[in-house]
Amino acid sequence: MPGQSVGAVKSQRAHFDQPLHLRSGGVLPAYDLVYETYGSLNAAKSNAILVCHALSGHHHIAGHYAEQPDNIGWWDNIVGPGRPLDTDKFFIVGLNNLGGCHGSTGPSSLNPATGKPWGADFPIVAVNDWVHAQARLADQLGIDSWAAVMGGSLGGMQALRWSITYPERVRNAIVIAAAPKLSAQNIAFNDVARQAILTDPDFHGGNYYEHNTRPVRGLRLARMLGHITYLSDDQMGEKFGRELRNSAFSFGFDVEFEVESYLRYQGDKFAGYFDANTYLLMTKALDYFDPSREDGGDLTATMARTQANFLIASFTTDWRFTPARSKEIVAALLANGRNVSYAEIDLNFGHDSFLMDDAHYHGVVDAYLRNIKL
Amino acid sequence: MTHTLGRPDFDLIAAWIEPGHRVLDLGCGDGTLLKHLIETRGVQGWGVEIDDSNILAAIKNGINVIQGNLERGLDEFADQAFDHVVLSRTLQTVRHTEGILLEMLRVGREAVVSFPNFAYWKNLRSVLDGRMPVSEDLPYQWYDSPNVRFFTLLDFEALCQKMGLIIRERHVLDEQGNIVANTDNREVNFLGSLAVYRLTRAR
Repeated sequence: MPGQSVGAVKSQRAHFDQPLHLRSGGVLPAYDLVYETYGSLNAAKSNAILVCHALSGHHHIAGHYAEQPDNIGWWDNIVGPGRPLDTDKFFIVGLNNLGGCHGSTGPSSLNPATGKPWGADFPIVAVNDWVHAQARLADQLGIDSWAAVMGGSLGGMQALRWSITYPERVRNAIVIAAAPKLSAQNIAFNDVARQAILTDPDFHGGNYYEHNTRPVRGLRLARMLGHITYLSDDQMGEKFGRELRNSAFSFGFDVEFEVESYLRYQGDKFAGYFDANTYLLMTKALDYFDPSREDGGDLTATMARTQANFLIASFTTDWRFTPARSKEIVAALLANGRNVSYAEIDLNFGHDSFLMDDAHYHGVVDAYLRNIKL
Repeated sequence: MTHTLGRPDFDLIAAWIEPGHRVLDLGCGDGTLLKHLIETRGVQGWGVEIDDSNILAAIKNGINVIQGNLERGLDEFADQAFDHVVLSRTLQTVRHTEGILLEMLRVGREAVVSFPNFAYWKNLRSVLDGRMPVSEDLPYQWYDSPNVRFFTLLDFEALCQKMGLIIRERHVLDEQGNIVANTDNREVNFLGSLAVYRLTRAR
């Protein structure tokens, strides 16, 4: 990986007193957003890039914490001096979205009205609500318009939503491994994940905090299922095949195949730190995402409201949001005569490819960003 | 196919395109032609490319480029979205010849097509001498050529007639890039190394 890490970083917290009216009809009277920034905002405040996170992400995109040198940001490989999101040129902003479990106001935060965790009372948040909250953070940081808003997967959907909701505030949108809306199959996977959590006896209707417990089994299953959909069949075949942990079949239900071991490990790890209510909210935000709904399903009409230039990228082995889904966005932009480039990147890591450090993939992002005039 | 700077057909193509036009360049390579048209004619341009390194090069050039395979059609482009659709030195590499020509005139008002003429006298002489032609406009050995269709000016014009395509203009160039001014079609077919056509269809 060329370039360098941004090194030691610190997270910050912004407080907002103005109520946020949500798409679901709910209202958040006040809220906090935790965020990190890398690089420096230039005098014209024209070099800011917002990086939006996906389902399980957060504000810690790059670098490490001085006291936790192993806690490296989730997209560290693309951010830093000499990397595509070059901190010598750009001011990078990452935040934890509303409803999250990494410090921003979410279901595990205290509800000031009750003095107890929000739990089941936390309102359903939509992608557009996140975009509005992010816009208020931009206001606080003095950023009128982003040089770019970018993200992968659910993060890409936020970038897309930004270009529609605040067209005059987004000069470039970089939408990676995303889709203009979920398919029935996508929603089906999300619902199985939610059912795993909702039917866990430790869920207690979402108020498990009061019972000093967590629906760990449900969350673990949800993550195992999700994880399968992030990988490609080929990659799983190459990585695990039918390898056994021991040389012979044990004819029982304990871990035998390496792939089982891997998935259980991933599920356990995730269930150990992630909040189940946040997982529910994030999957619902995905399911509800469909900007074209405002235009009777006509995505071309929706994209007519955009002003940004676009880079759309997909991955050949991504079966969760296939290249065809990205091309729907491309077609709607082309029909409006927008400046758009589209790269279909041949990487073997399925949906998770967007997080990988690949020379061609990063080269495309790098080339696009280097042409942005500040 | 990668465009090279200063190719003689570029200026001919540019002359047919008016400022502000919307141009789609199929097989745009690193985007050199589009960049030329944007800089000299003030067009709005998009390219289509299949090759990863060309996608990267075109983005570096600041050109709108869409990764795609011409053999699979132009599904992401709406009907009559462009004033001109350019296929420069690429038709001979496409298997679905009629399909791509129809798609070009579905998404564009006019098609601009350039291709090497296999009936050029040096090519014919080379074959008579027992070897496949290698020239400025056919710069490949038979075993590494991306070309899959081998045809002449007269072949192409017969296909246009069969498909009901209207030839609005034609320029034919010799190997040095000079216009072949002859009027007899058989002579032009013999003297021309590269042909550039401006096509449309009755609507």
